[in-house]
Amino acid sequence: MDWTALRVSLWLGAGTIAILLPFGMWFGRLLAFRQFRGKLLVEALVTVPLVLPPTVLGFYFLVTFGARSPLGQAFQALVGESLPFTFEGLLFASAIANVPFVVQPIQRGFEAISADIRDAAACCGLTPWQRFLRIEVPLAWPSILTAAILTFAHTLGEFGVVLMVGGNLPGQTRTLSVAIYDRMQAFDDRSAGVMAATLLVIAVATLMATTALSRRVGPRRA
Amino acid sequence: MWVRDVPERRLSVTLHQPGPIPLDVEFACDAGDVLAIFGPSGGGKTTILRSIAGLYRPAHAAVRSGADTWADTDAGTFAPPHRRAVGFVFQEYALFPHLTAAGNVMTALGHRPQHERRDRADALLNLVHLTERSGRRPHELSGGERQRVALARALAREPSVLLLDEPFAAVDRTVRRRLQDEIDQLRRTLDIPLILVTHDFEDVVRLATHVLLLERGTSVAAGALNTLMSRPDLSWLREAVGLGAVFDASVARRWPDRGLIELAFEGGMLLAADRDLAMGTTVRVRIPAREVILATREPEGVSLHNVLSGTVSAIHADPAFDHVIVQVAVGRVLLLAEVTRDAIGRLGLAAGMRVHALIKSVSIDLLAVQPPR
Repeated sequence: MDWTALRVSLWLGAGTIAILLPFGMWFGRLLAFRQFRGKLLVEALVTVPLVLPPTVLGFYFLVTFGARSPLGQAFQALVGESLPFTFEGLLFASAIANVPFVVQPIQRGFEAISADIRDAAACCGLTPWQRFLRIEVPLAWPSILTAAILTFAHTLGEFGVVLMVGGNLPGQTRTLSVAIYDRMQAFDDRSAGVMAATLLVIAVATLMATTALSRRVGPRRA
Repeated sequence: MWVRDVPERRLSVTLHQPGPIPLDVEFACDAGDVLAIFGPSGGGKTTILRSIAGLYRPAHAAVRSGADTWADTDAGTFAPPHRRAVGFVFQEYALFPHLTAAGNVMTALGHRPQHERRDRADALLNLVHLTERSGRRPHELSGGERQRVALARALAREPSVLLLDEPFAAVDRTVRRRLQDEIDQLRRTLDIPLILVTHDFEDVVRLATHVLLLERGTSVAAGALNTLMSRPDLSWLREAVGLGAVFDASVARRWPDRGLIELAFEGGMLLAADRDLAMGTTVRVRIPAREVILATREPEGVSLHNVLSGTVSAIHADPAFDHVIVQVAVGRVLLLAEVTRDAIGRLGLAAGMRVHALIKSVSIDLLAVQPPR
């Protein structure tokens, strides 16, 4: 059992949620409530990571942030470190790969709040910020939770992007899913088996948690 | 309930725009008055309420409440909804589904200190007779109860205008009657302008003091309820609900054994079917024009109870209708009578002529009963 890899995986999952959830709540709400030109294109772009092979995503990430690209060089000059093959780079790529998993459920969650409810909140004297915190977020809460759990579970299982962008550096970019592949290559079936079982248990546990939580939140909705 | 030191609490509204929702209205409503905006569905009624609340921004708008300017497109002034002291009761109530009845009301109490909110919410729920349901969520409440929560929530903000959008559309007839009476009671204590949007004529005659008839976003006619209901020329109203004078009267005498009550109004006395009303009770009376018969001489030996002498004040013949509307001044009340063109010629009816209006006691509609003070 590669505990370091498990730790990297969990950190990557938690980090991806930490980055994406605020973004998803802002952007999902925007897509839910606003009408603007090119909305269809934006919605399509949000969904792209869902249908693209992770290797394609990784490829473009490397091209965009590689040491030879202007963006990559700018980042290196600024931070003193390159993005590819670091945990930070992996986190960034993972966030991009998970955009649809966060934005879409949250968008649906906000869309389910009727315009009348939002208008009523405004007529109760609530400022836009108070409306968001006291009315919209509590009502969209099950969707936000679903988004977070989906992202976490999906990040744990991510393989293609990790291998392309992160390589396989222990303690840095070797996640559990990559470690399993690694162990299999070395004919270490036993270690691979233990780690695979661990991932399976985590996956089932998160899904059970989602269902339980959504049931608990569910009856509050009319 | 509460008193504010604003000398003038009139709401004045001017809205103009060619589209996408055409609007062309200008009206004012004083504290204590109920302005009913009445017209067919899809005529822009709700848009007017939304514009008052700041939820909709028409191309040209001037909305003033007392000394406050909420919107003035010419001056570039626009206050967002949360800065306007409006109480808005939405058609489907729009209660917050994740909050209890008390929680819904407390949401609108942000202007009060935290420790007062609970008591204030309880007091408001008590006012709408919902004390024992305060811990329930909207989906556990009946339609009428939800409406009451919505009303309590709208009042919680201590609004300087109360807006009601089709408030009785989603409840059945018996509940509707009770809610109408309660709102009628309430508005007497509130002393703020109340704007009621409805497509139900009964809401208008039971609750309104003033009426604005709206057709495709344009005000067709506006004025005090009794003045407007005595106009013979409102063809749209005639087509929709039929014309008929509306005025207030009070119970002056009772004859339970005859099954009758005598009503005093600003033009004399009327006999109406007994409704078990106490002496001094104020009732709103509607006399449909179709039910009024005109005679040039006082008839004898007729079964009907009411023979009111008056003067023909106007005759309105509209080519779109077969019958003619005759307006008769009885004291200060203007009655309407719908008669055939033949009758006009036969009786030689003309403005200024003395006539008798004959009305059956059972033809008199008694609405909006207000007990003696």
